[in-house]
Amino acid sequence: MRQELIERRLPWLILTVGVYLVISVTSALGILNDYHMINIITIGISIILGVSLNLINGFTGQFSLGHAGFMAVGAYTGAILTMKFGFPFPATLLCGGLAAAVVGLVIGLPTLRLRGDYLAIATLGFGEILRVLFINWSYVGGAGGMVVTQRYTNFHWVYAMTVLTIIVIRNWLQSAHGRACVAIREDEIAASSMGINTTLYKVAAFILGSFFAGVAGVLYAHAYYIVTPASFGFLKSVEILIIVVLGGMGSISGSVLAAIAITLVSVIFTPWPYLRMILYSLALIIVMVYRPGGLMGVKEIQLPALSLKKKEGQQVGTP
Amino acid sequence: MVEFFQQMINGISLGSIYALIALGYTMVYGIIRLINFAHGDIYMVGAFIGFFATTVLKLPFFPAFLMAMAGCAVLGMIIERIAYKPLRHAPTITLLITAIGVSFLLEYGMIWAMTPQPRAYPNLLPTYQFNFSGLIVSVQQLFILVVALVLMVLLHVLVQYTKAGKAMRAVSYDKEAAALMGINVDSVISYTFALGSALAGAAGLLVGVYYNRIDPLMGIMPGLKAFVAAVLGGIGIVPGAMVGGLLMGVAEALVSAFLSSTYRDAVAFAILIIILLIKPAGLLGKKTQEKV
Repeated sequence: MRQELIERRLPWLILTVGVYLVISVTSALGILNDYHMINIITIGISIILGVSLNLINGFTGQFSLGHAGFMAVGAYTGAILTMKFGFPFPATLLCGGLAAAVVGLVIGLPTLRLRGDYLAIATLGFGEILRVLFINWSYVGGAGGMVVTQRYTNFHWVYAMTVLTIIVIRNWLQSAHGRACVAIREDEIAASSMGINTTLYKVAAFILGSFFAGVAGVLYAHAYYIVTPASFGFLKSVEILIIVVLGGMGSISGSVLAAIAITLVSVIFTPWPYLRMILYSLALIIVMVYRPGGLMGVKEIQLPALSLKKKEGQQVGTP
Repeated sequence: MVEFFQQMINGISLGSIYALIALGYTMVYGIIRLINFAHGDIYMVGAFIGFFATTVLKLPFFPAFLMAMAGCAVLGMIIERIAYKPLRHAPTITLLITAIGVSFLLEYGMIWAMTPQPRAYPNLLPTYQFNFSGLIVSVQQLFILVVALVLMVLLHVLVQYTKAGKAMRAVSYDKEAAALMGINVDSVISYTFALGSALAGAAGLLVGVYYNRIDPLMGIMPGLKAFVAAVLGGIGIVPGAMVGGLLMGVAEALVSAFLSSTYRDAVAFAILIIILLIKPAGLLGKKTQEKV
């Protein structure tokens, strides 16, 4: 059994380490320049945001439109802790995530009683309220935003956090808790009559998703030098939503692929920002009309299991 | 005290615009249970059609007004036909995401066509102001109020006393049963969109005249606030949208006058969240029990 588990996990381990080594080495050799690296960092942050929103929207079926709000909480917490209190970066990452999780709890408890489109609008409302509060808070620079001079975010941190997010959310989904979340998505009333505490699991998924959005916010704040309330508006929430919807609501690997694709498209379309938004909106409409589950649906990419057996018929593990 | 009444007047004229937009939300929601996210952008398109009618075609106010309404009605029907009709039996969330897509398409399509720069709206109405012992009421405010009231009365008559209105109410009550009674559900949905969009177009032109300034992203906030107004009054209920719109306008005017204008946008969402938590059916709505 254990053997089989290793054989299934090993390809992913090789892929994870391999991508890390390739990017680190090429960046050290100067093949990938700073411009490439900042885009890779953006991809990582997008993956964290997309996968964490997918946990809420795709797997638990609670349609949230306020993900940028939690990112903002993380970004501001991170900026305050490093700039005003001189916290080390790992502590900042943890605190940013925790702060976003607490806000997620406060927002999630009342709003998750709502369903479907009402929940979407309520979370959108909370996101906007958070933004207005940051605009009116002079301690963090008001509408002008807050400058972060420490550029702690580098490829290694982003990669570590991205991998951590994927592993934690994947393992959560493979556990009994995750199955409860998926059951709530499929049919909330049926799940509740099977004895699942629907409020508990909806709030739990919301908190976990918010935590990682907060972590992404901290990474964002220390990668771009400045956090402004305007960068975490409704538009940002929709950008994250596009990643989830295009990749597939209920597919982690779909979100990862979509985050990479969307970031690359944004980079290519930098000279024509409006055309990019037109393209996104057309993609949203077309995907919803023709493939409402998103490109990957609820499927995940499977890597073939590596066989560790040396010879045919030889017993390696315990039978 | 004068300041208070002044803000009430400003709030009511702003609120009647919200009410016009909210009517479209409420009618569409009542009939296909869709929060038409793109509704605020149809209002923006209405403002731009009015702008073209008055500056390029040099039309006076009323022809431009009718043109904005007609243009938006057609746009609403086209959007329904292309984006929402294929999703008639899809889950709510699929429709909502499509609506967000349509909304962004209209916004950025307009930016692409017109550049994001705001435009100055021509002065179509006299700028005369009445002064009632300190209370200032402009002709424009009165005009907005009168036009909004006339349109709402017309809509009320249409929905309550005509055959088309009866069909609309039937479809919103039970789509399948209405179809069995020989009502063409598709065409009813189509003209509900046309009606709602026409009202949004009217609101767009009125706002252009009132604030003298339009831009392609002007529809986002009023659209969301009008949605809040519709929920506040009870979504799906036509008089509810009018009450909700007026309340929203007044609340916003009072908050920006006595608290801070930066909290103006937050107040709408605070109202939304409070109403959703306390009385989700809205002020004029009835509580319904969910059936399995």
